[in-house]
Amino acid sequence: MAADSALFSYSLRLADNANVLGHRMCEWSGKAPMLEEDMALSNLGLDLIGQARSLYSYAGEVEGAGRSEDDLAFMRDANSYSNVLLVEMPNGDFAVTMLRHFFFAAYYAPFFEELCKSKDETLAAVAAKAVREMAYHLRHSAEWVIRLGDGSDESAKRMQDAVNILWPYTGELFESDAIDQQLLAEGIAVDPESLREKWQATVADVFKRALLTAPEDAWMQSGGRTGEHTEHLGFMLAEMQFLQRSYPGAQW
Amino acid sequence: MYTQALNEKDPNAGKDKAEDPVLEARFQARVDEEMRIEPNDWMPAAYRRTLQRQIAQHAHSEVIGMQPEGNWLTRSPSLKRKAILLAKIQDEAGHGLYLYSAAETLGISREEMESQLLSGKARYSSIFNYPTLNWADMGAIGWLVDGAAIMNQIPLCRCSYGPYARAMVRVCKEESFHQRQGYDIMMQMAKGTPEQKAMAQDALNRTWWPSIMMFGPHDSDSSHSEQSMAWKIKRFSNDDLRQRFINATVPQAEYLGLTIPDPDLKFNEETGNWESGPIDWDEFKRVLAGNGPCNHQRLSTRQKAVAEGEWVRDAAAAHAAKVAARAANKEEAA
Amino acid sequence: MNLKNTPLWEVFIRSKNGLSHVHAGSLHAVDADMALQNARDVYTRRAEGISLWVVPSNAIKASDPVDRGEFFEPTASKVYRHPTFYDIPDEVGHM
Repeated sequence: MAADSALFSYSLRLADNANVLGHRMCEWSGKAPMLEEDMALSNLGLDLIGQARSLYSYAGEVEGAGRSEDDLAFMRDANSYSNVLLVEMPNGDFAVTMLRHFFFAAYYAPFFEELCKSKDETLAAVAAKAVREMAYHLRHSAEWVIRLGDGSDESAKRMQDAVNILWPYTGELFESDAIDQQLLAEGIAVDPESLREKWQATVADVFKRALLTAPEDAWMQSGGRTGEHTEHLGFMLAEMQFLQRSYPGAQW
Repeated sequence: MYTQALNEKDPNAGKDKAEDPVLEARFQARVDEEMRIEPNDWMPAAYRRTLQRQIAQHAHSEVIGMQPEGNWLTRSPSLKRKAILLAKIQDEAGHGLYLYSAAETLGISREEMESQLLSGKARYSSIFNYPTLNWADMGAIGWLVDGAAIMNQIPLCRCSYGPYARAMVRVCKEESFHQRQGYDIMMQMAKGTPEQKAMAQDALNRTWWPSIMMFGPHDSDSSHSEQSMAWKIKRFSNDDLRQRFINATVPQAEYLGLTIPDPDLKFNEETGNWESGPIDWDEFKRVLAGNGPCNHQRLSTRQKAVAEGEWVRDAAAAHAAKVAARAANKEEAA
Repeated sequence: MNLKNTPLWEVFIRSKNGLSHVHAGSLHAVDADMALQNARDVYTRRAEGISLWVVPSNAIKASDPVDRGEFFEPTASKVYRHPTFYDIPDEVGHM
């Protein structure tokens, strides 16, 4: 695969992750368990949308076909989206939302730290900003996992249910394909497998304090990189993309 | 507007026991000298009560106001607009929090205020009982509703009660971005495709009259606000503010090439004012009484969010209690 | 609907190096960590502060020297008259 094409795909994956998870944050607007948490979730959402914009813009630049950040976000169907399945999982209750975010941030905080060393200047710059943001995402979500896991009987049950729902989607974070390998060899990408130990340690520590049990030997779901998504993504994109699709050519 | 409370009759007026005339005179003198009244200062019971109601309703308005815009957040047509709208809605939550915080300094608790909202006992600005039906409504809300709010909020920065005035200073700093982003959306739509221009005109058609109704009844029908004026809680009359708003907004609509849905709107050469046609006060009363298009929906959405969040709040409290207990045990053991 | 009482905290911000912390307002949170995070979210969204303090409102003892004597409320020792500053015995019921 041509170098540019690999870089395009790589950037797009990161952008899609941020865009999809950012959208899930938007769905909480006005519905959080307290007003203060509404603001915190909005902050998480704003960070993610910001990351998505930077990464989509860069991907469009690299592709060189004149596609803008919005073209990439709003005019691609689900089978072209390359996010990990974890981020498209529905918000469920607050336990699911915080656990999903914790799993994501426990990976992407160290990921962006590593990406700061990328030979690609733009990705390194995006990473430098994201590192500061993801530290907050990780702390905020981890604290909620602990608060809810070691809270009331009801919250403990809901949090353990959330673990059972989301655990099968965590394996995909460490997958790697030809694009990852190629860019890794060029000093641009981060090796996903290299983050497994750190992620497992973070999760083990928080699970211990949250009194949670991780399933053993669970089958891991997969498919994001090749555009094979869950049923949820289609609905999200239908809502997200409605205006752009219904009024093509309009400027917003 | 968000100061609708000042147009309402104080339900407990006349029930207070007589205030000490010396204290009351000193209080009024401070107010007259534009000095601020602070939480631990003596104040008439009616002043305290009026402010509690006014500030609480203002806070409730911000919180409920998140919903009409939240309605389009996930359908925002660009990433930039999405981020801006998310930030705006977040600001509104923040304003609600500043205002609840200011109201609490008067001796009412956040829990009590929230209970009043959820039970339907407390009110919020009537404008938020209308639906947002196309993307241009996001523009109309910023341009007209926030525009009207700013008209009202700037004088409130000099309100006699310190915590409220200071909260308003914070709010005003953030509010200017809100109106500008709304007008920016309107400009984009008005000069866009024919469908977009139609959306913009439709949004203006539905938002204009409710916006000018936000300023409250005509001065001639608003007999309860004299005391609020004397206490420098309310600084300008309803008609005064309404007229300023209309004068500022008409040229803005002209620039957009949109038509204000008031066939009787005409310019008075002598006064320099754009005179509005007759306002349908029946509609205003109807919406205030609970029969607007979205009253039930706005309240039940809020009730649902609070109900569904109860287990989370309980869990947070339970966790905090556990942590405190462990810390105490450790101390004992040591 | 029963909304439990959550502790009240006062927020102070030092907005610039060299200035002192200034009172910005209050918020509700179950513990100090949440209070600090909430304060960051509510009061420093525009990167307004370089240092935040959160203090339980109950812990603050207040006096206001501006006006002595009768003009000053007897409740002066608290920052302001908040329902949860005062312990109502359970037997009295909801107040």
